[in-house]
Amino acid sequence: MYYWDKETECMSADRLREIQSERLKETVRRAYDKVAFYRAKMDEAGVTPDDINSIDDIVKLPFTYKEDFRENYPFAMFAVPLEEVVRIHASSGTTGKPTVVGYTRGDIDTWSECMARTLGAGGTTRGDIVQNAYGYGLFTGGLGAHYGAEKIGASVVPISGGNTKRQLQLMEDFGSTVICSTPSYAIFLGEAAAEAGIDTKKLPLRVGFFGAEPWTDSMRREIEEKLSIDALDIYGLSEVTGPGVSYECMEKSGLHVSEDHFFPEIIDSETGERMPDGEKGELVFTGLTKEALPLLRYRTRDVTFLRPEPCACGRVFRRMNRVLGRTDDMLIIRGVNVFPSQIESVLMEIEGTEPHYMIVVDREQGRLDQMEVWVEVSPNMASDEVKKLEAIERQIEREIESTLNVSVRVKLVEPKTIQRSEGKAKRVIDRRDLG
Amino acid sequence: MKVNQISVFLENKSGRLADVTRTLADNGINIRALSIADTIDYGLLRLIVNDPARATEVLTEQGFTVAKTEVLAIEIPDRPGGMAGIIDILSAKGFNIEYMYAFVGRSGEHAIVIFRIEPVDQAIEVLKEGGVRILTGDELHAL
Repeated sequence: MYYWDKETECMSADRLREIQSERLKETVRRAYDKVAFYRAKMDEAGVTPDDINSIDDIVKLPFTYKEDFRENYPFAMFAVPLEEVVRIHASSGTTGKPTVVGYTRGDIDTWSECMARTLGAGGTTRGDIVQNAYGYGLFTGGLGAHYGAEKIGASVVPISGGNTKRQLQLMEDFGSTVICSTPSYAIFLGEAAAEAGIDTKKLPLRVGFFGAEPWTDSMRREIEEKLSIDALDIYGLSEVTGPGVSYECMEKSGLHVSEDHFFPEIIDSETGERMPDGEKGELVFTGLTKEALPLLRYRTRDVTFLRPEPCACGRVFRRMNRVLGRTDDMLIIRGVNVFPSQIESVLMEIEGTEPHYMIVVDREQGRLDQMEVWVEVSPNMASDEVKKLEAIERQIEREIESTLNVSVRVKLVEPKTIQRSEGKAKRVIDRRDLG
Repeated sequence: MKVNQISVFLENKSGRLADVTRTLADNGINIRALSIADTIDYGLLRLIVNDPARATEVLTEQGFTVAKTEVLAIEIPDRPGGMAGIIDILSAKGFNIEYMYAFVGRSGEHAIVIFRIEPVDQAIEVLKEGGVRILTGDELHAL
């Protein structure tokens, strides 16, 4: 079994509770004092920082939602002046505006530490060469994994996503021992290696850390077989910090939450009531040490459960099960969060199109996720030439791609063939087997 | 000189073509010529019918997307080289033929081919200068 910081990761449950209580008190106090949004929310709920005396009091706090980020766009959720912010990332919002997150130097240190725990749990040390195939940019995956690997002192290869031929070349020539990417890209890479005649058993590659999109144990087996490595699951979201919020150990049986920094709760998404460990519900996180962006009871919309039983590895951190689904209609396509409402806004802006659409997501064997958007032809698009219709399809594809940053195939369908329903229309057909 | 053509958007699924032809039949509309341009996902059914306005109306009512286009019905000598002569006239002047397809009926000893050419008005001039006969809609439907 491997550890980055065994003393912390395996501290006593009492000590952990003490740390959590102390940190929660400080965080709530700071959020209340420094962020008008939290003060208003707590005043409305009739809670003051004085009501929070231990981690158990967390249930008294009101929830925070993704929409709150939009309403406070871009920086109004920050608790520190921009002079103290050293990094800004952003992820998709539900419509037009992205969700913006900021980090102080201290936040980056905490995040790096959590990613070091993550990589360390798979045995990464300063002797390793980490090929980081997560995308670098506004997305937190690339820089998150990068800083964690650097913290450990490993040699990081910041290759970013894509360019499979070069990935394989550097993997062979550099002798990369660790890889970080989305799970679907790992499978793709494994297939590409086989096609290129590379025997992955002979490569020094030993372990991989995969996240940013949902996957399954059968995909784990496929990755492990194709790349001849151990495949570990990692979880995170930028609102909470980025990758490294929770991580698997070599037991490969659930993800340990770095509970000294991010306190997890499972709630009934309808009533908001806290559920006991072991029961399925919506995952909620409270940042216990976040400086730039305090986060109180953030509704992730991810559905999972917390495992009550201790793990054989001895870590004190509770394990969350792999995410089982969503309480909203967000899709994760190749690591990018996609809300159907975003596609709708794009269609509304293209003249002549109507916002009747269906999103079809597929993951064929050994392929990356494919997203197809079916759009009804409108009378304005009527044409006698295929090339004109194809030009419309390409235009919609470009618009969607530039908004979502993920490639898409647009297919025109006959009018009135996409289901209209009262209330919530069904907008998504997800054919990926994510059981 | 120009003939009205209608184009119907059809998804590639069974029964859709039948829905169009049934709708036209039920309304007493006669199909005189047709062609289909297809992609993986859908096709465009182009039709010359005896009553394009009425056909457009009934198909639109049935929920189809219908486009109207003006095309040329050109007489072509029904012998080797007949088609080549027409194409030569057009290509010599740099016209762009978007597509073409055969008409079912004959005009005396001539075959009739439907052409979609851009720009259409100049093409009419050039074809006439070349001694090519272009049928009007009335002439076409009288055949």
